[in-house]
Amino acid sequence: MQKLGDLKLPNFFNYPPYFTLQPVRDTREKQVQLWKELILDYCRTQKIFVIGLEEEFPLFSNPVIERTLSHEAKEAFLSALVAEGRAEWMDKGHKKCLILWHRIQDWADLILRFVRENGLEDSVMTVEEIRSGTESRGTELHGMDRTVLMRALKQLEHKGKLAIFKGTSADDEGVKFSL
Amino acid sequence: MFTFFTHFQISESKQAFSEELFDFKAQAGQNRRSALSKPSERVGVRFRLPPLFSVFSHRRSMAGKWLPAAELTASGRPVLCPGEIESSLLSSVDLHSEENPNFPNFKSGILILTTHRLLWISDSAPGTATAVAVPLAAINHIFPLKKSIKSMFASPRIRFQVSAAPDGKVDAGGSNLAVITLVLRGKGDHEAFVSKFWEAWRARAWESETPKSGSSSGTGGSGSREGESGWSSNGLRLAGVSGILRKEQEMWESTDKSLQEAFQDLNALMSKAKEMVMLAEKMRQKLLSGPTTQPGANDEEMGSKQEMQDWMLSVGIASPVTKESAGALYHQQLSRQLADFVKIPLEKAGGMINLIDIYCLFNRARGTELISPEDLLQACSIWEKFDVPVMLRKFDSGVMVIQNKSHTDEEVFARIKSLALKPDALKTGLSASDAAMTLGIAPAMAKEHLLTAESKGFLCRDVSADGFQFYINFFHEIDPSDLYFVKDYGIYDTWVKAALAS
Repeated sequence: MQKLGDLKLPNFFNYPPYFTLQPVRDTREKQVQLWKELILDYCRTQKIFVIGLEEEFPLFSNPVIERTLSHEAKEAFLSALVAEGRAEWMDKGHKKCLILWHRIQDWADLILRFVRENGLEDSVMTVEEIRSGTESRGTELHGMDRTVLMRALKQLEHKGKLAIFKGTSADDEGVKFSL
Repeated sequence: MFTFFTHFQISESKQAFSEELFDFKAQAGQNRRSALSKPSERVGVRFRLPPLFSVFSHRRSMAGKWLPAAELTASGRPVLCPGEIESSLLSSVDLHSEENPNFPNFKSGILILTTHRLLWISDSAPGTATAVAVPLAAINHIFPLKKSIKSMFASPRIRFQVSAAPDGKVDAGGSNLAVITLVLRGKGDHEAFVSKFWEAWRARAWESETPKSGSSSGTGGSGSREGESGWSSNGLRLAGVSGILRKEQEMWESTDKSLQEAFQDLNALMSKAKEMVMLAEKMRQKLLSGPTTQPGANDEEMGSKQEMQDWMLSVGIASPVTKESAGALYHQQLSRQLADFVKIPLEKAGGMINLIDIYCLFNRARGTELISPEDLLQACSIWEKFDVPVMLRKFDSGVMVIQNKSHTDEEVFARIKSLALKPDALKTGLSASDAAMTLGIAPAMAKEHLLTAESKGFLCRDVSADGFQFYINFFHEIDPSDLYFVKDYGIYDTWVKAALAS
């Protein structure tokens, strides 16, 4: 089985029409569905949070059959993800896309679980510590995208589960959990 | 004859004159036809016809009268004899013989005047139409249009006298006489029709047929005829090599002469049209046989041979339907003629042909009376109203084609599907030219078929630097919640196996 990074590639990845945006509506719907799943799977395995349309993205081309997605196709598939709520455009020009292979809600739940499992209910942590500290190693939180983390934390803050405050250094913030 | 007519001018009673005229006709025999048709004589023959009419009904009692039937094509167009050319067409014409109560009443049909006959076709669906013909050879006399106050408001009537056999059937060699009346109820240029009628009748095209086929002006089998007699037309011996050479020489001379005459003016050309066609056919035969006898035939010769073959295809229609000859029914008749013409190119093209190609072919065949694109389009759209075996079809891309009604889409899709499942197509896809070659149709048509199959979900497209291909579509077989599962024996499975084999 072909692999791209840690992701096993399905057979249809070598089907040339897969890389051409199909004009017929029913066929396109099917094609879009398959691309959405594949993008999410790939990002999840590789822990990729952002896709830049103007950069090379390994998933969007297949050197074996010599096919690459056109810009129009990439935008179409990513827009479909955005419409489903599994991605967000980071700019008006649709050049960068934030991929939420876990929804913000899911991340929030993961943070809560992490806090409970490590007995951090009433403690304070910096944001950086959450995503790159020793406690989070081995969990999904490790290596998380900062933007996504902040969004999840803000959501939890709204629910009153924690409080975010400005830390001692200029660019780091702290979190006080109060579950 | 002339004295007779001056006599008429001072004749006292019309009744007396009619009787005289009647006797004259009975006695004049064969000459009466030519006697009364000369224009100078027509001047004197302006008299009221009703008395003459009654004369006939007194003096002649007809048995059941019949007109020979005329053959029609599948689209309702008349089948013309060799050399027969259409001249004029009128609609809503009644044909009857007032004096004969047994004569069937042909009401409201289409009247077609040709060089040889007057055809009457009933105005109904092509399969059920009846058609009869009056051979112009059987007509003895055409009565001029009567001009009276009454005739200005009524439908014009054309009356002519024909010969008939004793049983009543209209026949050129018959001894009896009968009068047939045409009532022109439709719109149209009646005067023009009448003058064309006179012209056609006087031209006697049916007579010149026999001597024509005899001499053939050096086209066709005249060589054998001369050879049989052993003497050429010059009276020189035709034996041996010199005889053969002399024969050839004479053939060329007569061909040359014929060519010169034909191209002198347009009228001459039209009358010589048939000969020209035969000449061109002969040249084609020569070209076809020529290069094979010479070793190392070069490309130029092959090119001109191909050209000649193409020109031959075009010389098919000798009797074009024109606005002049068909008037208001132009599009209808054109439509029928087109339906007949289109059959052969359709077969050659595999059941579907581009409208533009038909436009070119049809106009080439018509020669000088070209039709405009709008006329063609309209003629095709009228097909819906008739029961013809062809139809006009417009694709999504805008391409318009003519296709056989029997040529269904399902059949084409089945063929395309099987093509797309072949190992090569599974590995590298199916291009329009591949499909064209295998299906035996033009590449543009093949592409239309592939696009239609794509829109129905049978195929997917693959656009890349390599070109534009189509693959069999199996997206619907893949389950998004389990991307790795391949159902056994499905199309996806077939494709995977073929792809792995490479």
